[in-house]
Amino acid sequence: MSTVFPSSAVPAPAPKIALRVDRHSFRLRDAGGEEFVAISGVAIDVPAGEFLTIVGPSGCGKTTLLEILAGLASPTSGSLRIDGQEVTGPGLSRGIVFQQYALLPWRTALANIEFSLEAAGGLSRHERRDKARAALELVGLKGFEDRFPHELSGGMKQRVAIARSLVYEPDILLMDEPFGALDAQTREVLQQELLALWQRTRTTVVFITHSIDEAVYLGQRVAVMTSRPGRIKAMVDVDLPRADLDADIRAHPDFARYRHEIWDLLRGEVARARASATPTFWSDPTPPRERSQAAPSN
Amino acid sequence: MSIIATDEGRAGFAAGAFASRLAAGLRLARGTLWKSASLLAVFALWELLPRLGLVDRVWFPPLSQVLGVLVQMARSGELQNHIAGSLVRSVTGFGLAVAVAVPLGLAIGWYARLRDFLTSALEFFRNTSALALLPVFILFLGIGEASKIGIVTFACFFPILLSTISGVKSVDPLLIKSARSLALSAPAIFTKIILPSAVPSVFTGFRLAAQSSILVLIAAEMVGATRGLGYLINYAQFNFLIPKMYAGILTIALIGLAVNQLLVTAERRLSRWRVPTSNA
Repeated sequence: MSTVFPSSAVPAPAPKIALRVDRHSFRLRDAGGEEFVAISGVAIDVPAGEFLTIVGPSGCGKTTLLEILAGLASPTSGSLRIDGQEVTGPGLSRGIVFQQYALLPWRTALANIEFSLEAAGGLSRHERRDKARAALELVGLKGFEDRFPHELSGGMKQRVAIARSLVYEPDILLMDEPFGALDAQTREVLQQELLALWQRTRTTVVFITHSIDEAVYLGQRVAVMTSRPGRIKAMVDVDLPRADLDADIRAHPDFARYRHEIWDLLRGEVARARASATPTFWSDPTPPRERSQAAPSN
Repeated sequence: MSIIATDEGRAGFAAGAFASRLAAGLRLARGTLWKSASLLAVFALWELLPRLGLVDRVWFPPLSQVLGVLVQMARSGELQNHIAGSLVRSVTGFGLAVAVAVPLGLAIGWYARLRDFLTSALEFFRNTSALALLPVFILFLGIGEASKIGIVTFACFFPILLSTISGVKSVDPLLIKSARSLALSAPAIFTKIILPSAVPSVFTGFRLAAQSSILVLIAAEMVGATRGLGYLINYAQFNFLIPKMYAGILTIALIGLAVNQLLVTAERRLSRWRVPTSNA
């Protein structure tokens, strides 16, 4: 009987993101056409609504991976599926937040948010303005509508950038070390705000960082990458009581355990990156747990 | 007691505020005076040197005499006639250069291969003095308006072209990447990202072009014209109308100053976003 109606006949819902990068390589012109393998053998499935963080040593291909997810680059060999559909280019199903904000300096905060709605199309000028205003309020910047980016602090700029990426309601938010250039206090505030936003919108988030602390604090799952060529070394499920955002979950004993586990996984990679690459923050001999936050990368 | 004390304090405060505002006003006045002192000194020397007989006032008449002639010329309409002649030529030449150089510069800046191909020729022409080409322009376009407008166009063309190219080239690649991630089309990226970020650089080109347009035009008018400030200066010198010659020179200086100020203001307004305020 069960063979007639096998439960597996009901197909499991396709993951929100199914990424397969068998191989991604560049040819560097100035290195005499030598092939340079950035990523090899990465397979990531992200279920809808998950917050996934990716952590790895500098130069491990994290940013390249994110560009592939954004559709800004295509893997040399591999595929990207979103909701089961093969995707080959950029699209409004995904929003990106860059470390360097990427705000248009000649537009005000409000007009910067309107910009992505202009790209999305289908709205009147008036509707765009209203939606942008609401998005700016969502990130706590009501009253800063008419400020130009150079009149905003780093944290405010990144809030505008987040609002700009959320305003057209993408299913997936891709973040490339978005808080890496901020000071420690601002970073912690924004991490908490991001979690609150995520809990409210349940957008699928892929968040890249080089900070173990940040990866554990934000991610439901942490993908640990190896040094070049980038592979996923391990997937760590992080189960922390995140419901109460005001609780200091960094003080939770499990937090330290997860951090240590990931640090252990990365230790060998750090050494390898140190041996092969130019000096990076990972060549700092202090173990990460002695620095609550990593220094911003270059 | 305490009420009296606060009243006194308030009065003292008000007096203090007034004093500090007065001091600020005085500082500002002193600063303005200091900044314009060198120009005032030049004018004073211009007036005094001939009057004291330190230079021959036939060749170097005092400023007041030159201004007198200037007013006289303005009354008779002679000055306006020459200014109009010069401005029509330079504005036409400048406009033609803008109309051709800006679109061309945008295209060259955007297509790297085109840029690589054209750079050597552009460098060659840029370093060719426009005035050296004046005889060539006269040869082809005659001695009338066409050659004068042509040479102004040539002189304006390269500053505008080159700064437009550099404006497009210096667009932050991250902004383009971010626009691409929004699936923006190439034409939309061009109008929404490339154009606005090139504006400040294009305006710098306009300013350079305006300066050289005046320079080149005056020289061209000295060669063959019946109207215009360059003609006025040359004609006045030939006929020993020395104060008139200086009046023409002064007018050119004032026009140059005014045009530059106009463009600086426009540039500042269009690139307000670029000027960092107190804490950037």
